[in-house]
Amino acid sequence: MGRKIRIIDSTLRDGMHAVSHQFSPQDMAEIAQKLDEAGVDTIEIGHGDGLGGSSFQYGFSAYSDEEYLQAVSGVLKKSKLDVLLIPGIGIKEDLEMAAKHGAKVVRVATHVTEADIGEQHIKLAKELGMEAVGFLMMSHMADVSKIVEQAKLFASYGADVIYVTDSAGALTPQGVFERVKAVKEATGLTVGHHAHNNLGLAVANTLAAIEAGADVVDGTCKGLGAGAGNTQIEVLIAVLNKLGYETGVDLYKIMDVADDVVGPKMQRPQVIDKNSLTIGYAGVYGSFLLHALRAAEKFDVDARDILYEMGNRKTVGGQEDIIVDVAYELSKKKSLA
Amino acid sequence: MAKKIKAAIIGPGNIGIDLMYKLMDSKYIQLDTVVGVIPESEGLALAKQNGFNSTHEGIKAILGNKEIEIVFDATGAKPHLMHAPLLKEDGKIAIDLTPAAVGPYVVPVVNLEENLDSPNVNMVTCGGQATIPIVAAINRVADVKYAEIVATISSRSAGPGTRQNIDEFTQTTSRGLVEVGGADKGKAIIILNPAEPPILMRDTIYTRVANPDKKAITAAVEEMVEKVRQYVPGYQLKVPPIVDGDKVTVMLEIEGAGNYLPKYAGNLDIMTAAAKAVGEKIAQKLLQKRTREVV
Repeated sequence: MGRKIRIIDSTLRDGMHAVSHQFSPQDMAEIAQKLDEAGVDTIEIGHGDGLGGSSFQYGFSAYSDEEYLQAVSGVLKKSKLDVLLIPGIGIKEDLEMAAKHGAKVVRVATHVTEADIGEQHIKLAKELGMEAVGFLMMSHMADVSKIVEQAKLFASYGADVIYVTDSAGALTPQGVFERVKAVKEATGLTVGHHAHNNLGLAVANTLAAIEAGADVVDGTCKGLGAGAGNTQIEVLIAVLNKLGYETGVDLYKIMDVADDVVGPKMQRPQVIDKNSLTIGYAGVYGSFLLHALRAAEKFDVDARDILYEMGNRKTVGGQEDIIVDVAYELSKKKSLA
Repeated sequence: MAKKIKAAIIGPGNIGIDLMYKLMDSKYIQLDTVVGVIPESEGLALAKQNGFNSTHEGIKAILGNKEIEIVFDATGAKPHLMHAPLLKEDGKIAIDLTPAAVGPYVVPVVNLEENLDSPNVNMVTCGGQATIPIVAAINRVADVKYAEIVATISSRSAGPGTRQNIDEFTQTTSRGLVEVGGADKGKAIIILNPAEPPILMRDTIYTRVANPDKKAITAAVEEMVEKVRQYVPGYQLKVPPIVDGDKVTVMLEIEGAGNYLPKYAGNLDIMTAAAKAVGEKIAQKLLQKRTREVV
């Protein structure tokens, strides 16, 4: 039997970006139950920006964190329930609530240079008996030595797993490989990778991560996620099967969830178009996509110009508000020209 | 009759020393002593260099000194919880720059007058000082049902205290949006951005209002920005109110005065500037009372 790779499905969290956080608890329960039956190890759910993410800044979700958690925890038999918490957005009380409703894993997500704002949340997760993952977002913005330094911080707070997260889908396989390898060597912990497909590299990058020593990787059904989406889980399972890795996921069943359950609930095709490609190329946060499209329409400017300028300004995850500022300034410039 | 009220600063860190520089040109306050606990502290050395008394013996060094009437506490939440009762017992007015929030939240342009007699006032958070005035201004003309603010600060301007207690920022700020800003509900988000050169502090204020009258909202916001600029000159309206149905979006940028801290640290500047404004008002009132007593 080949090496065991743990699969985390994020259709019901990262995928929420692609449906503007409008899945209902019933949608989530239906999809989660099928993922559980397909043999997915861990299922992440909630607003795209994690616990407490429902807001003007990121979009209001159709239902509360609590309603989603209740709906999904009721149907899971084997899969572990996972939530995302971005310090500065979510707070400790949110995590306590999630634990109460059966969340067993939390991914504490910070910008790749700011792990120390997640200390209290990692420690709380351990007190609550949860698995704690230090999730280093926008990892293309830091070099190997910086990401190692930050991974060590997460390790020192008690994180069980460190994630190298390519939130912008801006990394190429070599970049993923060297980061994952260095983090694993420096911390000795289990390392994971979360990819986005803006440059068409999500599956390739995930393989590079596994070759570099990652034992946990993310995917979503149909690739549903921010920007051009995530690693398409049914494709990933097929590829890993061919390469002889053991995932515990049934290929036909995961194909069925993707095409027959998730597919009909999608609001737009999950593709690489000029705008999501610009996200990967400019290296900006994937969830800026729909916000930039809306601002482009409102201010009558090109979404690509907005996204590119977001990159120029070195924005980080969560800075959706700056999109309006950029669009406003581009429109002012345009009217002067 | 003293022409100025004597004051002390406890906590000679970034905030305390920036405040020290700001108080040098105060009309009503004479800074007397800077209090720390570490003899070799850089802040205490700067205090001495600038001609102020300095002590590393902690709060006990100023307790019993009746000349010192106002004390700015720039330590941390835990130390302030210890300091607050001691200062009160000693008859000193405490201006609390920590998240301890023993006394009422105060934002100078919104609710200072009604808290002038309180023995202890709290300065909320930097995000609160920046955004609550705007929420209050909109609330007066449009009735704010929900206020949400996003504060983005340079990573360099967030010290270890803020980082280890980031939940305190979001929770205290959202309470301030309700208690002082007048919103029915509040939410706060903070983002650290590590870009070099460091970014200026940015604040976005989203509100959901009952009366989305764009003209009245714009006038109220512009008037409020001018008022805040009286004590925070680097406070700027970056995007004037955008009214979209019942949603109002306002964006600010805050450049620090650069007294001690660099200009990008507008988030720290607005705290010290607001604390100075509160201190001056309290001192002015004490002086007026005394003048009346003499006459």
